[in-house]
Amino acid sequence: MKSGSNLEKVLSSGHFAVTAELGPPKSCDPEVVEKKAEILKGFADAVNITDNQTAIVRTSSIATGVIVARKGLEPVVQMTCRDRNRIAIQSDLLGAAALGIKNLLCLTGDHQSCGNHPQARGVFDLDAIQLIDMVRRMRDEKKFQCGEEMSVEPRFFIGAAANPFADPFEFQVIRLAKKVTAGAEFIQTQLIYNVEKFARWMKMVREMGLHEKTYILAGVGPIKSAGAARYMKNKVAGMDVPGEIVERLQAASDPKAEGIKLCLDIIEQVRAIEGVAGIHIMAIEWESAVPEIAERAGLLPRPQID
Amino acid sequence: MIIADRKPFEEIKELTSKAKNILIAGCDSCVAVCLASGEKEVAVLASELRMQRKMDGLEGEIEEIVNVRQCENEYVDAMRDKVEKADLILSMACGVGVQTLAERFPDKLAYPALNTKFMGRPVEPGVWKENCEGCGHCILHLTGGICPVARCSKSMLNGPCGGSQGGKCEVDPEIDCGWQLIYDRLSRLGQLDALVEIMLSKDWSTSWSGGPRRVIKESAGV
Amino acid sequence: MNQITEDFEPQIVAFCCRYCAYAAADLAGSSRIQYPPNVKIVLLPCSGKVDELYLLKAFEAEADGVYVAGCLEGTCHFLTGNLRAKKRVQYVKSLLDEVGIGGERLEMYNLSSAEGQRFAEIAREMTERIRALGPSPLNQRKSKEGAIK
Repeated sequence: MKSGSNLEKVLSSGHFAVTAELGPPKSCDPEVVEKKAEILKGFADAVNITDNQTAIVRTSSIATGVIVARKGLEPVVQMTCRDRNRIAIQSDLLGAAALGIKNLLCLTGDHQSCGNHPQARGVFDLDAIQLIDMVRRMRDEKKFQCGEEMSVEPRFFIGAAANPFADPFEFQVIRLAKKVTAGAEFIQTQLIYNVEKFARWMKMVREMGLHEKTYILAGVGPIKSAGAARYMKNKVAGMDVPGEIVERLQAASDPKAEGIKLCLDIIEQVRAIEGVAGIHIMAIEWESAVPEIAERAGLLPRPQID
Repeated sequence: MIIADRKPFEEIKELTSKAKNILIAGCDSCVAVCLASGEKEVAVLASELRMQRKMDGLEGEIEEIVNVRQCENEYVDAMRDKVEKADLILSMACGVGVQTLAERFPDKLAYPALNTKFMGRPVEPGVWKENCEGCGHCILHLTGGICPVARCSKSMLNGPCGGSQGGKCEVDPEIDCGWQLIYDRLSRLGQLDALVEIMLSKDWSTSWSGGPRRVIKESAGV
Repeated sequence: MNQITEDFEPQIVAFCCRYCAYAAADLAGSSRIQYPPNVKIVLLPCSGKVDELYLLKAFEAEADGVYVAGCLEGTCHFLTGNLRAKKRVQYVKSLLDEVGIGGERLEMYNLSSAEGQRFAEIAREMTERIRALGPSPLNQRKSKEGAIK
């Protein structure tokens, strides 16, 4: 056991894991976080706390993670390379570990031009793979990135993201392998709407034996409307939303209910794919959908492991 | 101009070790002026490589070529005959030149023999210093013609920081404090008031932070 | 290998300024001062004419040692030619080190046209130095192959 986190225990004991996502507020109001945590508690093994996602300023992921943990829900703190250099990242990680954070998702981060401060100077001192490598060395070798030793090491369960829909398609698996080599113990994928393409990607993952070296959590999420689906299809980089999904939501009398039904269908299909160790439900600003999805997908109750 | 410096021979030796016929391609523009490329430098590297490869028992020919600019298709395309015979083009141009070769000769390996450093100029024989970072939005009129982005180690717009001592930077006593230079110059010009204004955070989207940049000149085709 | 060393007669190229070293060589000749026949002289109008490439090409052409001989410092006919030569020799020494031939196979000497004896001394000194170092690594390969035959 690397970190002893609940997520690590669930995955290593062979259970099908469920993680969800909780976006910190664009303010310093802890109640917003507490309310979302209340909704998600008991329905996911851990929840990702995003780090200024899409480069929009929000409460810090570490602070939010601590608030969530106080509410009895385990956080997966996300850390990006956009806003901090290696000094700040290591410092923040030591702080996070000291505050009891056990899961870490390492990302390069969306470019600052995507967010609400496009004038910002991007840092990108490291990229996600270098970050993973650094965190693993901090934990396993008790060394800072410069090589200096530390007395007490941060014990994180290290995760990374993967996008089966990014190009070049074949290379994304190689990049995943690099992340695994660097030290990624679990992977959460981009939102899957094109299951056929995801299945092809998983086939390549299995051919490289990566599913035996890391836990792959398939990213899923409900869509509220045909408009939202169309927006994701056309405007969001790295997303693959097939036309029939848009049509299905368009044709539905209750698009929200249909969105959840669609999500359940996708969960059923991805669960059947060999090498999928769990799902990561992304229902940002629609956290209330998570309990229903977990329930109807037959993923409850969540395992309690000591 | 673009300032570059040759890679250590050990590194060049390593990156050419698998090639048989090598074409060393020099550039007679910026990097020739900073004595990193040009006919002499190409000939010196060719001679070094020939001797090293003979000692290491490696076969193959080392060819030399220097053209006016390695960053323009017309000049690069004229190299085609020599390129055909080579397995590897070892470019002694800046990074722009290497990429031009890679693009124009998609089936050939094009490796860099230089490290491209910065945009700058010679300050004394054999010494070149950085002047411009190409941030995409020039403010030299506000800072006495001395760029705080390129010449302050922290690119501070409201400098100097507390590490400025005796006109030198805390990073390295060899580095002049850019803000000391700005202060001295504006003081000489009687324009110190300009430094009282707070310079607001810079829009870095025009710099490297905005991704690879391009310039389009509508009048170019006129 | 020992046998090769014993039989080894170094090939040495001396780039000589006409105002000093070349004239000194002449004087050595007319004074019947002996110096090793290993040294082949190349006449330069000034030691400052020496180019990095001359030196490299000499080694490429399988010289085992090379030296440049110019006027005493401060007495260059062109004021600073010998100082430039000194810098170039220093630079090429570093190139020879990085290539693996060894900078010690190249040297800069200064003398006056009146020093025929000194010229012969330098020729002997350099020949002995190179003899002790053995053939240039560029030639060793060939010598070995030659020995096998």
